[in-house]
Amino acid sequence: MRLRLADLLAPALMAAGLVAPIGSQGWTAPALGCAVAALAGAALSLRRWNRALEHGLSLLALFLGACAPLIVLQGPGPFGVEAPGLWLFLGGWTLLLWLRLEALARLPGRGVATLVAPALFGVAVLYLWQVLVVGFAVPQVLLPSPAQVGHVLATRMDILWPDFRQTFLKAVLAGFALGSALGFVVAVVADRIPFLKRGLLPLCNLLSAMPIVGIAPIMVMWFGFDWQSKAAVIVVVTFFPMLVNTLAGLASADAMQRDLMHCLAAGYAQTLAKLRLPTALPFIFNALKINSTLALISAIVAEFFGSPILGLGFRISTEVAKLNVDVVWAVIAIAALAGSMFYGLIAAVERACTFWHPSYRS
Amino acid sequence: MSPSDSLSHAALAPQLSAAPVARSAASAVAATPIAIDIRKLALTYQTADGPVVALSEIDLSVRRGEFVSFIGPSGCGKTTLMRVIADLATPTAGEVAVNGVSPGAARLARAYGYVFQAPALYAWRNALRNVMLPLEIMGMPAAERRARAEKYLGMVGLAGFERKHPWQLSGGMQQRVSLARALAFEPDLLLMDEPFGALDEITRDHLNEQLLRLWQQTQKTVIFVTHSISEAVFLSGRIVVMSPRPGRILEIIESRLPAARGLDVRETPGFLEVAHRVRQALRAGHSYDD
Amino acid sequence: MTTDAVTIPALPRAFGVDLLTQRVVPVAAVVALILVAWYALAVWLNSPQVIERLGGAEGSWSTQELLRGCWSMERPVLPAPHQIAQDLYQSVFGTPIDSKRSLVFHAGVTVSATVLGFAFGAVLGILLAVGIVHLGVLDRSLLPWIIASQTVPILAIAPMIVVVLGNVGLSGLLPKAIISMYLCFFPVTIGMVKGLRSPDPLQLDLLRTYSASPAQVFWKLRWPAATAFLFASLKVAIAVSLVGAIVGELPTGAQAGLGARLLSGSYYGQTIQIWSALIMASLVGVALVYIVGGVERAVTRAQGGGR
Repeated sequence: MRLRLADLLAPALMAAGLVAPIGSQGWTAPALGCAVAALAGAALSLRRWNRALEHGLSLLALFLGACAPLIVLQGPGPFGVEAPGLWLFLGGWTLLLWLRLEALARLPGRGVATLVAPALFGVAVLYLWQVLVVGFAVPQVLLPSPAQVGHVLATRMDILWPDFRQTFLKAVLAGFALGSALGFVVAVVADRIPFLKRGLLPLCNLLSAMPIVGIAPIMVMWFGFDWQSKAAVIVVVTFFPMLVNTLAGLASADAMQRDLMHCLAAGYAQTLAKLRLPTALPFIFNALKINSTLALISAIVAEFFGSPILGLGFRISTEVAKLNVDVVWAVIAIAALAGSMFYGLIAAVERACTFWHPSYRS
Repeated sequence: MSPSDSLSHAALAPQLSAAPVARSAASAVAATPIAIDIRKLALTYQTADGPVVALSEIDLSVRRGEFVSFIGPSGCGKTTLMRVIADLATPTAGEVAVNGVSPGAARLARAYGYVFQAPALYAWRNALRNVMLPLEIMGMPAAERRARAEKYLGMVGLAGFERKHPWQLSGGMQQRVSLARALAFEPDLLLMDEPFGALDEITRDHLNEQLLRLWQQTQKTVIFVTHSISEAVFLSGRIVVMSPRPGRILEIIESRLPAARGLDVRETPGFLEVAHRVRQALRAGHSYDD
Repeated sequence: MTTDAVTIPALPRAFGVDLLTQRVVPVAAVVALILVAWYALAVWLNSPQVIERLGGAEGSWSTQELLRGCWSMERPVLPAPHQIAQDLYQSVFGTPIDSKRSLVFHAGVTVSATVLGFAFGAVLGILLAVGIVHLGVLDRSLLPWIIASQTVPILAIAPMIVVVLGNVGLSGLLPKAIISMYLCFFPVTIGMVKGLRSPDPLQLDLLRTYSASPAQVFWKLRWPAATAFLFASLKVAIAVSLVGAIVGELPTGAQAGLGARLLSGSYYGQTIQIWSALIMASLVGVALVYIVGGVERAVTRAQGGGR
């Protein structure tokens, strides 16, 4: 049983926090109770019982330790620089968290076990955000607390859901599907006509360096203010990654497999269907994943250039102007969640279709 | 007895075989049709450093049912020669006739099966579907495809492995699937380009035995490219020794071993004598020079 | 029917001939095709307004008048390529560089934010990558969040960052650089993590037999192995950084920069201005990527790679 400096430092800092000044009210009874229990848990977990007990005790200590500052912060302020005790305690708590994350990182695990560490990290970040914002009385205009953002999400769904429907369900999905399909078709045609491929690829590299969201005002001029212009922007944005990746994928079948098709006297269509398209699938899915995030971002930015009274981008730009930063963060949270789920869906389909690819084998 | 069996017996040297020699040996040989006819073949290709002569003045005739090996050092053109036969490369001079027609026509008629150095299996298909690939391309109905594929997988000793994917099979098993695929559409001619080169020696020996049995069972014409002298002598009736670039045929050596041979034949004097002659031919052709 | 074996003499492989047929001709052909289609599209889209101006469907006007009208409108729905070229030429060479109407001035403003953000993002990305590769904690806890962070449409919160920082007193270059930094740290991180992990396990084992310290392994093996990946990501990062700088100029009605130019063009219906700003932006993007590519070539040559 070897103790590192860090193992001792964490409880030490927490203990120091209990004695240092902590603002006008000090540690109230429930807060003190949680803090002491956390300290005890942290000290006990040092003893290295069996693995599960060690993890369990630490996590319990972390949870109770997290409750303490929250309870303290309910009281009247001011905190901030006048409550060094609170920050000492929190510092110790963060160190404890880090050590626990280290231990969890060493957990051998696949599947759900790999999600534990990042989940804990994410929750911890939200928690620290909340505590720091409230503790230092950060103006809401600068950075709202997670609680405020959560409140908006819970109460303002009446405007947020139509925004989401407009941007995501209409513009993003339509633009993504059409742009990716076009990219795919042009790639197959260019593959059949090498002259076209040689002429098109350098141009595509040039055009993909262009900030394509800049065509948003032009699309608004052509297609009007509604979701169609945003979908048009997405079509252009998603076209190029799909084209480039599909071409790369179609060229990726190795020489021996193509020779085999030649020996079996397979025609172009048969070779395409049986060999080159399956080989191109990993590349195509790569492009689809890239396009999923690009589509969402482009839709939102395109809405900055003009939109009817709906849309996630529209909501962001108007609420920013009104300095309702919590609503803006709520919109961002929705967009991030939608984007992650879209990406995750594509990754799941990819796994089902390209299960045979070496990257899935350890 | 089938014609090819009597042919192999007719080719035996009297002191090696106890089997009766067919009286009509000579006429049997003359009557067997020529599967591959190569005359004055040459192939030169252009590289950035100038022209490279891969093959020069190749003359060769292979009869139906023969097992012929091409052996030579790296770069001697043996693979190139086989690719010309398979219509995967175009000669710059000379003539090649496969089953009496050009290689291109033979390819379109699916006259041969090609086995590559690597299995070249499709990872997204299981073993059975990999073997069914040529049959799908030919447009065979589904039930017949399945039956054929199962039959040939069984023939290479992989019955029960139909639903496995290539990465679930060992190197030797993958190569056997590749062989089954080449056999599935029942071509008369098999072109094999160092099929066992990437495998360890024990697997290789095992597959050599299996291939020999298969050949004797199916009586196909086999062209087999190899680096290994013992493999060439063990498997083939004729061994074509090629020189380093530019590829020429140095010598064609007959190997008359008993038909029913196992790996132990490699320790018999007859085998060693043929192997010795092959090695001498290679040495004379500067294959062992620095 | 035998032919004598003949060796074919080698054709002279002129470098120029190859380049011509393989690159220039196809690209030129595709460009020509696009230009033709563009002119046709311009006629199609602009004709309603031009016909109106020429006297409507009943008036007498020739096709030539129509074409000329469509290709020289002041506020066209789709400007003709020569109009855009003229405007570009005028704004780049025809106006003094410090004037508000010079595209060079605007490009300069945007590029300065781009390069600053790119520098921040590259350094951040490299540091994060080094941390992730060497500290298991970061690998398991942080990396998934970094990947998830890319689904947060940062461009979407660009307005917020600019406004909020503006309230705190930071405006101009820094907010745009921060947006660019957020956009470009991700490709650099992912690329560097891949690159730092790319050495063959056999090579790592070799260094272990030499009892090399982690720092030595890093500087002698991981870092050189990662350069290829680093430059590939830097090229992506600088292109993305440019987009970030442009979008950062949108929200507050900034006065200078290519994004501002796009915005003002869209407010005042100056379509030609929008198109020239867009083309200038892509030329700038290509130039920046080319510069990074040049640095890459120099570094690769110094490392002994190259042709």
